[in-house]
Amino acid sequence: MWYLLFSPACCAIELMQAGGVRTDLDRFGMVFRATPRQADVMIVGGTVTYKMAERIRLLYQQMSEPKYVIAMGSCANSGGLFQKSYSVLKGIDLVLPVDIYIPGCPPRPEALCDGLLKLQQKIMKEDWGKTVAAREPKLKEQPVG
Amino acid sequence: MKAEAVYDELRSRFPEKVSETQGQGPLKCVLVKTDAIEEILTALRNELGFRHLSFIAGTDLKDAIELAYGLIAYSQKAMILLKVRLDHANPTVRTVTHIFSGANWHERETYDLLGVKFEGHPDLRRLLLPDDWKGHPLRKDYKEEPSYHGMPTTRDPLLGRT
Repeated sequence: MWYLLFSPACCAIELMQAGGVRTDLDRFGMVFRATPRQADVMIVGGTVTYKMAERIRLLYQQMSEPKYVIAMGSCANSGGLFQKSYSVLKGIDLVLPVDIYIPGCPPRPEALCDGLLKLQQKIMKEDWGKTVAAREPKLKEQPVG
Repeated sequence: MKAEAVYDELRSRFPEKVSETQGQGPLKCVLVKTDAIEEILTALRNELGFRHLSFIAGTDLKDAIELAYGLIAYSQKAMILLKVRLDHANPTVRTVTHIFSGANWHERETYDLLGVKFEGHPDLRRLLLPDDWKGHPLRKDYKEEPSYHGMPTTRDPLLGRT
């Protein structure tokens, strides 16, 4: 799993910790990539505003298949603490197809690590052709940018 | 010169345009006539040592929109607060960007969230929200749109609770 080195808000601090020495995602073969064209999993860690959601969708569209999305933390799951706000998206799954939801505010690095391992298990079991076929009509409806 | 003395000075210089001292707590304020804000801020900056405009904040009072101008004189360790009341239907005030250039983004933010028009502002665009956003969300009568660019602004409760 090569994850995209990106995060909209403060869960990024835990994401960095997960890549650090204690949790050390490298030992599971997970390294960050600084461009969406080389990444295959996007970890959405943090509050997503409508303005940012369009940029995140653009990043997602630049990733090549097979691609996966992890919603990290309450904000990415449902808007979290800020869901009453006029400018905050109520969950990234309204915009992108999410594979793994990680609860917490913020989730600990262990939780993120567990989520990534769960995603690995899910990938081992999935029929990729069916996954893409199910995803495609939904993606076509969404305009670029 | 402490805040009280500044307010007295303003009242003597601009009679009829500056109200009695109002408010409670450590930071009192004065209410200023809307058309006098430029000359009063100019005098404060050039003659009374208030070289720093700390913030411009807006409040929707339902019958009016109130702006608060916070100014600091570091040389005197003093902070003052000036307020203006604007018409709720058409809130308009002269810009102060030619006096304090730092007011530029403060005024853009106030325009963005409350819809206050700053006459003479060099670049009055939204600061934080997208350019095509409808309405000004810190107004009490703001209604949220059902969707923005195809993204719904509500979602079903996850656990069956509202």
